[in-house]
Amino acid sequence: MAYDKFTILQSSAVPMPLENVDTDQIIPARFLKATERKGFGDNLFRDWRYNNDDSPKADFVLNNPTYSGKILVAGRNFGSGSSREHAAWAIYDYGFRCVVSSFFADIFKNNSINVGLLPVQVTPEFLDKIFQTIEQDPKTELEVNLADQTITILATGEQESFAINGYKKHNLMNGFDDIDYLRAMKEEIGAYAEKSMY
Amino acid sequence: MSKQTLFDKVWDAHVVRKIEDGPDVFFIDRHFIHEVTSPVAFNGLESRGADVLFPERTFATADHNTPTINQHLPVADPLSANQLHALETNTAKYGISHWGLGHAKNGIVHVIGPENGITQPGMTIVCGDSHTSTHGAFGAIAFGIGTSEVEMVLASQCIMQPKPKKMRITINGKLGKGVLPKDVVLYIISQISASGATGYFVEYAGEVFEDMSMEGRMTVCNMSIEMGARGGMIAPDEKTFAYLKGRDQSPKGEAWDKAVEYWKTLKTDEDAEFDLEYTYDAADIEPQITYGTNPGMGTGISQSIPSAAEVEGGASYAKSLSYMGFAEEESMLGKPIDFVFLGSCTNGRIEDFRAFASIVKGRKKADNVTAWLVPGSHVVESQIKDEGILDVLTEAGFELRQPGCSACLAMNDDKVPAGKYAVSTSNRNFEGRQGPGARTLLASPFVAAAAAVTGVVSDPRQFL
Repeated sequence: MAYDKFTILQSSAVPMPLENVDTDQIIPARFLKATERKGFGDNLFRDWRYNNDDSPKADFVLNNPTYSGKILVAGRNFGSGSSREHAAWAIYDYGFRCVVSSFFADIFKNNSINVGLLPVQVTPEFLDKIFQTIEQDPKTELEVNLADQTITILATGEQESFAINGYKKHNLMNGFDDIDYLRAMKEEIGAYAEKSMY
Repeated sequence: MSKQTLFDKVWDAHVVRKIEDGPDVFFIDRHFIHEVTSPVAFNGLESRGADVLFPERTFATADHNTPTINQHLPVADPLSANQLHALETNTAKYGISHWGLGHAKNGIVHVIGPENGITQPGMTIVCGDSHTSTHGAFGAIAFGIGTSEVEMVLASQCIMQPKPKKMRITINGKLGKGVLPKDVVLYIISQISASGATGYFVEYAGEVFEDMSMEGRMTVCNMSIEMGARGGMIAPDEKTFAYLKGRDQSPKGEAWDKAVEYWKTLKTDEDAEFDLEYTYDAADIEPQITYGTNPGMGTGISQSIPSAAEVEGGASYAKSLSYMGFAEEESMLGKPIDFVFLGSCTNGRIEDFRAFASIVKGRKKADNVTAWLVPGSHVVESQIKDEGILDVLTEAGFELRQPGCSACLAMNDDKVPAGKYAVSTSNRNFEGRQGPGARTLLASPFVAAAAAVTGVVSDPRQFL
């Protein structure tokens, strides 16, 4: 699939300091019935975001005009639970390009990278600093530099490095995906399958 | 040669190419697909003009969306019907076998794989569903993937995957009365938390798992993802071979002998190293129940809900208890419930129905309880009828529904209403998982049965 190339992202951020946010919250199961990957952003965090009559819940952060930006900052163990890639689609479709947390669930992390959404894992201390800075100034900007693998709180200059697999980084920076790579390996895969006992 | 774990042996045998500073190109032996996470993958394939490389290695079933009554009628929900139709057309187009609604072998993807011998030791198995970890019970590496990866597997039979770290969880001793495999796995998750195994692939070892039936092992491996693990596995043994012998897709004749010879090598070498190990004692495990909104928030059924001081994550903990309508330090026993769900890829197999029936036999369903008893497959449904379990259930005032994922994730009409409590044998108690506002208590089939006949959270040991 095609997604935007990721190089440097400079943006204010939306804080969600809850822990263990699972993919059922990010996109509830009843919204998984589409056969195309469009429009999931409308139902991002549906049950936290809207009342039963579809009116917005005023106390939910996405409904608070104070906060905006392309970076979602979340508590530890973000994206646990279901393997639904729809969760990453919904976050991307809503307009986020990066999620920052101190810990991500594995499948969510893989899915995010595969759809061009960058998961940035920081230390719990740095995550706290980000939350505190946003609390003091909701318009504060973060800079995520994929080439350098750094995240910076621009107001204070505080910075941390983050890890990412070199191959995945190359793909994200160039907007490539794995399937093109794998299709070019057809003969090698065929030879493997020949000698496999299954 | 250095000492290898079971996981190493299976993983290393499936690496087609190693990429420097990158993931392994990892070959997939068996790929399961269902109606919810596959349509977008097929669209992607189509837009690339790609083919399915090995259609005979992919198996399709309809389960997530399907109704559990009147399956002979057209599916009423147009969006569900559309996904089911897409699966039918896509599989037909690419020559993939499809056990759709009405097919004699239809059922939940993680129930029908083992049931038909599609799942075998030493295989790599993926599906766009996190509970693919179930198949690890056979000594396979099995895990859930996203839709982009479903497309990858269709196009290339491979995914790009860095090798996870290795964890071993050992439990020795004998399980106490009324303690089922579900209790074992809920206990482990309560000990190491819902994220305690993230980044790891788990091997379950020790007497408890050696003694466990194949179906029990499936229940344990099924919930590996609920501790954050990519998957869990158990070394194959004589019990595994006996389970597989004679099943439709199992090897036959000479191929069987050759397979068993290979399968016997699939165990962790003595002195092989794990990145992390946990050891528990079977005697410490009693029937379990969850009180919160992730599967790690569970406790022994006779215990109280922990106080906020005893757990991490203060704000999240308070939010969770508030959602559940529970307070810290309360006892779980005696809490009124409204729904009971027996089923899902965790506990929708015949042994689960036998366990449930052994408690409700000669008793009556509590009037305040709505019970959804949903077999994992048509084969399980037939077993329930053939073994006389249906008669026991009917006499106790229960009805049997038709197979599917049902109230585990409530993508069909089986939704627990807002605010209501459900004792559920499924795998997730997330907010809204069983319907918007629904409150889920995860438990074993014994605990579900005890709740179904008393109308409150009860200790099943009093009925055994």
